[in-house]
Amino acid sequence: MQDFAHSFVLAGNLILQADAALVEIVGLSLQVTATALVVSAAIGLPLGAILAIARFPGRMVLVVLSNALMGLPPVVVGLTVYMLLSNAGPLGVLGLLYTPTAMVIAQSILITPIIIALTRQVIADLHQDYSDTFRSMVVPGHTAVAALLWDARYSLMTVLLAGFGRAIAEVGAVMIVGGNINHVTRVMTTAIALETSKGELALALALGIVLLLIAFAVNGSVALLRGAERSLVRV
Amino acid sequence: MSEVLSFPGHAPLKARTGRSALPLSVRQLTFRTEGIDILRGVNLSLESNDLTVLMGPNGAGKSVFLRLIHGLLQPSSGDIRWDGAPLSKAVRRSQALVFQKPVLLRRSVRANLSFALGLRGFVNRSARLEQALADSGLADLADRPARVLSGGEQQRLALARALILDPKVLFLDEPTANLDPASVLMIEDVIGRVRASGVKIILVTHDAHQARRLGEEVVFLHKGRVSEHSPADLFFNQPQSAEAEAYLNGKILV
Amino acid sequence: MKLVKFLCAGFLAAGIVLTGPGLTAQATDFIVVQSTTSTQNSGLFDAILPEFEEKTGIDVRVVAVGTGQALKNAANGDGDVLLVHAKPAELTFVADGFGVERLDVMYNDFVIVGPADDPAGIKGMTDAPAAMKQIAGAEAVFASRGDDSGTHKKELALWTEAGIDPADASGTWYRETGSGMGATLNLAAGKGAYTMSDRATWLAFNNKGNLAILAEGDDRLFNQYGIILVNPDRHPSVKAGLGQKFIDWLTGPDGQKAIASFKIGGEQLFFPNARGSTTN
Repeated sequence: MQDFAHSFVLAGNLILQADAALVEIVGLSLQVTATALVVSAAIGLPLGAILAIARFPGRMVLVVLSNALMGLPPVVVGLTVYMLLSNAGPLGVLGLLYTPTAMVIAQSILITPIIIALTRQVIADLHQDYSDTFRSMVVPGHTAVAALLWDARYSLMTVLLAGFGRAIAEVGAVMIVGGNINHVTRVMTTAIALETSKGELALALALGIVLLLIAFAVNGSVALLRGAERSLVRV
Repeated sequence: MSEVLSFPGHAPLKARTGRSALPLSVRQLTFRTEGIDILRGVNLSLESNDLTVLMGPNGAGKSVFLRLIHGLLQPSSGDIRWDGAPLSKAVRRSQALVFQKPVLLRRSVRANLSFALGLRGFVNRSARLEQALADSGLADLADRPARVLSGGEQQRLALARALILDPKVLFLDEPTANLDPASVLMIEDVIGRVRASGVKIILVTHDAHQARRLGEEVVFLHKGRVSEHSPADLFFNQPQSAEAEAYLNGKILV
Repeated sequence: MKLVKFLCAGFLAAGIVLTGPGLTAQATDFIVVQSTTSTQNSGLFDAILPEFEEKTGIDVRVVAVGTGQALKNAANGDGDVLLVHAKPAELTFVADGFGVERLDVMYNDFVIVGPADDPAGIKGMTDAPAAMKQIAGAEAVFASRGDDSGTHKKELALWTEAGIDPADASGTWYRETGSGMGATLNLAAGKGAYTMSDRATWLAFNNKGNLAILAEGDDRLFNQYGIILVNPDRHPSVKAGLGQKFIDWLTGPDGQKAIASFKIGGEQLFFPNARGSTTN
């Protein structure tokens, strides 16, 4: 396929020339998704851990809910956030529609259930090991949550990467709430959608390749960090 | 054996002061799970600081009994009192348990101990921590991840972590099963010093030799009941119950 | 649901705090224009907006969606100016009080494109409804936008004029893509289907494949673009002053000239026709 080869060449050129428009779009993509990830982690990690170890009525409902919401369609999230932030909606006065903040909110809602559900599983497994010891030591709940989260940090890194991957690759929600406005809310995925609709398939694919490389770079640096930390601990 | 020779056995543990947790009074204790009666009405009173060894054949309910009197399991019926008080978090905070298989945090040796220290409002934590490292012979390993230690080292750490909480009662559930003789020696040495400091120790063991070496009194459980509770000398030389005699003679009890 | 409220507040607060001023509204003035994909995909805005922005310092943020959605978004107050191409719907929008006034801006025309081998044999036809009737008769695959856009509304009007209700054939030879012009053209190129496109998107489209213009030149394929200021009485957040500045510019001599000078491959894509304009 001529198109594939062409796309790789285009992608290479875009990267080598550090194309200004591309740098801007990549920067915004990373900024929005990283922020969404911080928000989701701040909410999802403790909540997932609490769901894993606490016993309270309605817990199973929440567990099933968070598992089901992992499959939340981005467009539905986008639409919901649009209706909330629209000038005709309850939060319209904040003036957040068509801003990166709106995109952060949408992506956070999209990936928080993933962080919660996967964290719950990881922490539940670890808690099986720890629970007798913690009960014997009379470890208070919040200390147990913190200890489990810290001890599961390597597995949780993978959980966060899963959230990051879903958020940065998502197009339906950010398109609706961000509006794909040039220089304001255009990110990698909405740019790809735009180029596709212009019939610029090679360029769209090239942007896709760049997105993939970013994902590689992020995953790679996390793997390196893990390796570095592990070897430090062993010395 | 160089490890044993380098073991710092010189640091005597500080004698405990303050109110005792005893007596332990257990009345009509039963525990039933999945349709099986594990304990069928245990009556037991422990009044002295003597090191109590819990013995009995497999399935006699030793470990379950230990977990019940520590509050890790809820009894099906019956009553457990420590110094007249039912089990509560406050009571349990003055107790510690070392499991047969130590569960250590995925952190360094030092971090495992400081985690335990952080649970109680202790002052001069760092001094306590260094002392605990020295007492357990783990000072050189302080910064190693706990999970890469050998089995014996892990159990010594688990014991140190239990002791750093300054318990009045220490439960040991087969703490030296499957350990090499050198590790057993080191752990028994620590147990001896803990006993000397006035801590009440209740030890579950299968090892009759260990029971003879450490025990001051023996509680023999059989089929979910106490069949004998005697001073160690008497128990080993003149067991009062047929079950205990058979067990000591190496007969297989079911 | 306390938890839900807590979560919403958390997302919102964290989102605002973390993105901070760097990501949210900049110090510059800006307006949001709800517009159609044809104006964006053709590159018109990229070509003409810099001149306006430089002159006035007003940043124009274009949200490009189908006309139907643009009208709804604007009715919600999510935009200051509306630039679309479905005159009857635009007039209703104003009559309902959502817009202040509708002004002509520019026009071009629609074209019927299809596979070069033309199984329905419409090549060269200038009667659009007749051409579409022939496509239906041949049951040749026709890709419809199906998204309530200006183009979709026009296409439906032509079917009505041809006396055909394509809804009956939906899923067989009549394919409703429910997506933008570009996506629909991509589908037509891939499937060898007929479709109707505005000329601007068609000219700028870069994945034509085997497709070619087969029917054009019917007066009924006329495609008028109109501009409307969203009514600030309805939505006080509308930046009426800035929005009016943009409308004045686009319908004035400078804007009209900019529209006329936008060309792809030497071909003019939009023809300014605002009243009182001198350029044409």
